[in-house]
Amino acid sequence: MSSNSQHHHFAHHFESEEHEYATSKEGVWLFLVSEILMFGGLFVGYIIYQHMYPQVFHEGAMHLDWRLGALNTIVLLFSSLTMVLGVHFSQLGDRKKAVTALAITILCGAIFMCVKYIEYSHKIHEGLLPGAWYTGETHGLSNMGLYFSFYFMMTGLHGTHVLGGMCLILWVLLRANKGEFNSHYYTPVEGVGLFWHLVDLIWIFLFPLLYLVG
Amino acid sequence: MAHHEEHHHITLATHLQVFSALIGLTILTVVTAKFMHLGVFENLVAFSIATVKGFLVMAYFMHLKYDEKIYRWIILSSFAFVFLLFFFCVLDEATRIVQHSALQ
Repeated sequence: MSSNSQHHHFAHHFESEEHEYATSKEGVWLFLVSEILMFGGLFVGYIIYQHMYPQVFHEGAMHLDWRLGALNTIVLLFSSLTMVLGVHFSQLGDRKKAVTALAITILCGAIFMCVKYIEYSHKIHEGLLPGAWYTGETHGLSNMGLYFSFYFMMTGLHGTHVLGGMCLILWVLLRANKGEFNSHYYTPVEGVGLFWHLVDLIWIFLFPLLYLVG
Repeated sequence: MAHHEEHHHITLATHLQVFSALIGLTILTVVTAKFMHLGVFENLVAFSIATVKGFLVMAYFMHLKYDEKIYRWIILSSFAFVFLLFFFCVLDEATRIVQHSALQ
């Protein structure tokens, strides 16, 4: 062990720092399971209703711009890469590079939300709103709002996760900046990284579901 | 601290390759869905590509490929339960709602 003043002391109920790391990580994975189950319910609902009202979903999907969806996909994939680099450099104790990588990740999250803002304001302007609030074109169908209920619920929940992820990354960025992480202790960056990749993973499935097929 | 050192063998080059593959697959999924007419195979192709992308993210970015096996089982259990939900909902829709609903 080093004489590093930033050395992390593992909590007393763990046998070792290794034990603490593995336990924390298992906890994060279990949390990710609950996230997948939450989004999974929405995906299943979407598929069922799409099958019941194919026209509604077809017309609804026509209002989405796949270019913006593809742009956001690339932004999120890039942010996953920089997150991986953030974990990598935190592990190496390279403070400057870790902070830079994490800052770029937050910036990508912000770009993603700006694109979402453009999409949302466009839809709100055209009255493409959920359920009973729908005032857009009806295309001769009585329940066009159904599609936008799913659209806003799924992208809204995902967007909330992006915002939450950005806050968490800011938290580990500030800690990385203080030089708290090294090869013996980088558990928070690892956990936040896993969460951020999950947010990316969900978007990987949301993009074709909403923007490409239908 | 052997365990912590193990992570180092995922090199930056590997991460860049995975990222390139993910971008390539994104372009492929847009091309197949928007510029090719695959008809009934459209959904299958789009979600197969998404699954490959998801696999790459989990295997490399979330380093399941190199980590302890327990994390793989944890995450697989979530997919299994989502499938269970999907399966029984589809079964219900196919055998009851489609045949008897006044909504159709």
